[in-house]
This record gives sequence, structure tokens and C-alpha cells, in this order.
Amino acid sequence: MANEAVKYVWEGAIPLQIHLHKSDVASHPAPPPALVLAPRIGYLPLLIPHIKPYFKDSLPPGEDSIWFDYKGVPLKWYIPTGVLFDLLCAEPERPWNLTIHFRGYPSNILIPCEGEDFVKWNFVNSLKEAQYIINGNCKNVMNMSQSDQEDLWTSVMNGDLDAYTKLSPKLKMATIEDDFSRKASLSSPQSRQGATEMDVAGQVKTARVPVRLYVRSINQDFENLEDVPEIDTWDDISYLNRPFEFLREEGKCFTLRNAIESLLPEFIGDKAQTSGEERSKDDDTEEADGLLREMGEIKLARIQGIEMKLEIPFSWVVNNLMNPEFYLHISVLVKAPQR
Amino acid sequence: MNSGREVIDGRLTVEGFSVAARAFADKWKTHNQSLPPWSWVPLINRTLLLSNQQEEGYLSLENILILSSLEESTEDESLNVATECSEKEEPVDHTILNQENEAHYYDFHIVYSASYKVPVLYFRGYCSGGQPLSLDVIKKDLPSCSVSLLLQSKWTFITQEEHPYLNRPWFKLHPCGTEDWIKLLSQSSISAGCQMPVELYLVSWFSVVGQVVGLRIPLEMLN
Repeated sequence: MANEAVKYVWEGAIPLQIHLHKSDVASHPAPPPALVLAPRIGYLPLLIPHIKPYFKDSLPPGEDSIWFDYKGVPLKWYIPTGVLFDLLCAEPERPWNLTIHFRGYPSNILIPCEGEDFVKWNFVNSLKEAQYIINGNCKNVMNMSQSDQEDLWTSVMNGDLDAYTKLSPKLKMATIEDDFSRKASLSSPQSRQGATEMDVAGQVKTARVPVRLYVRSINQDFENLEDVPEIDTWDDISYLNRPFEFLREEGKCFTLRNAIESLLPEFIGDKAQTSGEERSKDDDTEEADGLLREMGEIKLARIQGIEMKLEIPFSWVVNNLMNPEFYLHISVLVKAPQR
Repeated sequence: MNSGREVIDGRLTVEGFSVAARAFADKWKTHNQSLPPWSWVPLINRTLLLSNQQEEGYLSLENILILSSLEESTEDESLNVATECSEKEEPVDHTILNQENEAHYYDFHIVYSASYKVPVLYFRGYCSGGQPLSLDVIKKDLPSCSVSLLLQSKWTFITQEEHPYLNRPWFKLHPCGTEDWIKLLSQSSISAGCQMPVELYLVSWFSVVGQVVGLRIPLEMLN
């Protein structure tokens, strides 16, 4: 049932160059960095078994409490690796240089991660929340057998799309009908069971879509992405974990722009524009300039590493670019409205 | 047509939450004067975004000093809570400082979950030096009956997650199932032919949830 786009998403990976933090280096010379290919839909702690062998002989005595940082910003391990990359590197850095620490876990900032179970718990928890949003309850996830849940998680850990595709129908997640793009595959009828607010034809009428929006707001305009300043802390980013809700109307196509604007009302409607588009003829008047200065502007929206054209039908985006826990993660770069 | 001010299926809209929150904070201030009032924190102060559609925010009650007693009183299972600047209140005779012999402070936030459409209680504890308390230590501060309630119930379990807006680890009472027990609480009003008014939602909700963390509300608040 998996179509080509989903395959690309599952195969997506980020080359990482992992440096051991100097305070953890107890050997001379310091070990060279480790090179690892990190699945976009995976999580950093899952890479530890691949990374640790490079550094274990260099570590000071003591117990490991492992965490990563990018340019001094501790990385939130429960965010999929691909999302972290899209969000923190305005200009994509290849390989992505990260620092690994084996001591001194910043537990006042990061929630603990003491092994694969923590990552798995986070995944299942997000899956339940997504199911609750889509179906109105999370009983399918709760009722899944232990071994099925285990197998589903393993398929995600291993990037095994075939195994995942065999198991995910057991979740019976309602789907959004994708009317506006060529169907490469058929939605299986059984996936519509258990959904609420459906009409007779089995299409979801009032849809709620799990979305996690990561918004970086900058004050200055910029020419190139490499001019975008780096973030210093997570307080530079606004995180919105709220579903996109829409009423399906006949013939109405919700675009990615519609979705983002409804979640970010500041940038809404005919006042908002993306760079270069929709400029009116009166652009050069002072009044128009004043208006432009006041509005915010969506500069960039990235999903699975793709810089999205905002006019793409949202249903296609969701069905093809969501993560295995059924969340759509969107990294947005906005220019803040001037006050 | 849901104006947003109705409680449907035990759940709230974001507008309903704002209304319920203010009603809750007002009643608390009136009837629960032994504790500081809840304050409303608009999201506009905590995120980079400006929500011009409605004023979204959360309720905050912070710096609550908890003195736990080693000898459990069977009548009064609630915590002996003191305000930070309680020049008028003497500690009750049978209470002593907790086992670490230091003061524990607690912050409570009531945050709306857009996913589950219910309020969620977040809390954290810390020493006077600001060092966060672990869940094991916190559990010792909770009334003993609520600890066993937590261990047995599928509805009230505590997890450690990141605060939705503050980029820090907090503890949270898991929201899954909230709408089910809220519906149970609403039964009497439904059979009387009326909906639970949204203004009472948080009061009812907190009458259950508050007990888990040892914060009781006076019965007058439920009117």
C-alpha cells in the first residue's frame, strides 16, 4: 500500500559527524569524529549503539548519561532527527556536525532518556495522541497486543516500511480522502473503521489532523538562508502542538498554506504573503510599505527536508509526509511582524 | 451550533477553557483564601507568536510551600499547605518538615490540551535552592492515599514531559480518560435536563485532580 513518496520519506537520512565533547575526552589524542547516517524518521538516542564504540576508549570513568548538542543547544531527543535538522539548520549543513556528551546530562532542561524504552514510550505516547486527534479516541492503540506494539516500534526503529505497512492497518486510523492528486494507491476500506463524524460515503467530514509546528521567528529580512542567525536556545523557537481542524466542503481544497495560516493567525489572509508573490500594483506607495512592514511573512516551510510550495493540497501532504506516529511535523521560518 | 461555551462529551473548546479558567480563579479567590490565587498567564507572554483570535493562556499557582507530616492523619488527608509569606499562620502542631528537613516548593499550571480538548495539570517541585525534586521525593510529599490511587488508576498517572510552553521538564497528570470521568461528574446535571455549565468545568475537574496532588477545594466552590 505504500506509495513512492512514503518510501522516500522512510529512506530519508541525514549524514552526521559526531564530535566527542572535549570535557569527556580522557584519552590522548582525542578521538576523531564518528560518521553516522541518521534516519530522518528516527531519534538520536537510537544511534547511540552505533556511536559509542568510536568513543568508549576515550571516556573518563563513570556512568554514561548521553546527550547531544548542536552549537551549544542541547537537542531534544524526542523530536525526530529529520525535524531537528530542518529546524536548526536554516542552510542545511552536510554532514551535520553534532557534539555528543557522555556526562553531565542537563536534566534541568532535557527530560531524561535512559535507553530505548524512553524513546519507545515517547513514540507510543505520540501515537496515542495522534489517534485521539484523528479517531476521537485512542482505544485501537490501547487494545493493540503487546507483541504488535513491539513489532510496530521495531519496524520504525529499523526503518522497515514493509513491516510497518503490514501492522499499521491494525491502528484503524481514519484517513483524509485525497481528492486533489492522482491516487498512486488506494486507501484501504478498513482504515475507516472507528472514525467519528463520518458521512454515509465513509469520508471524514470534520477532520482533525495531528500537526506539530516548530516556528522560528526572525526580525530581519534576509537574502540567503546562510544569513539567518543561529538559535541560541529553544526559547527562540515556538512549538505548537495542536491539531489542524477543518470541515470538508465539496470541491474545496485545503492547501498547506491554509493549514499553517489557521495555526498562525498572525500571518493570515490577504495580508500575508510569501516572498515575491501576490504583490499589488500599489506596492510602491508608502501606505503599502507600511502595511508590509506590519505583517508577518512565512519565509519557509519545511517538511521531511522539503521546502514546500504552500499551494500543495494539505491532504496530500498529510498522507505522504507524516511521520510513523501519524504526526505531521512542520518547520516554519517566519519574518516577524514589525511593531 | 457550539458557541464554544458548552461542555460536550466531557470536553472543552479553547474558548470554553478560557471562560472556565477565569471562573475557577475567581471562585478560588473567594472561597479558598488560605492559598494564594491562581493567575492567568497569556500565551502571548510565553511564545513568540501572537494569537489575535482569542486570548489563550494557562492558569498558574506557584511557590506553594508544602510541609508534609510523617504521621498521617486519617481525617485530613490533604497536605498541610502554607503560603510563602504566612506571617499570620502557625504551623499545625502535628506537622513537621518533610524527611529531608527542608522546604519543598511546588508550582502548578493548568494548561489546555488542544489534542485531548481537556485541561491538563502540570506541576513541579523544587528546594529553596531551586534544585528540582524527583518524582520519588514528590510522591513522599503527596497524601498517602493519592499515591496508591495513582498506582492503581489508569486515569491518573504521572509522567515527566516537557512543559508545552516553557522548554523545561515538568510532571504531568496524564489526560487520557479525563472526559470519561468528567461525564460521570456531569451525570446529575444531565439527568436534571441541563448541561454542566462551562464555568463549573474546572471546578469539577479540580475537585478530582487537585486531590491527587493534595490540593483540596472547599465545597462552596462547587455551587
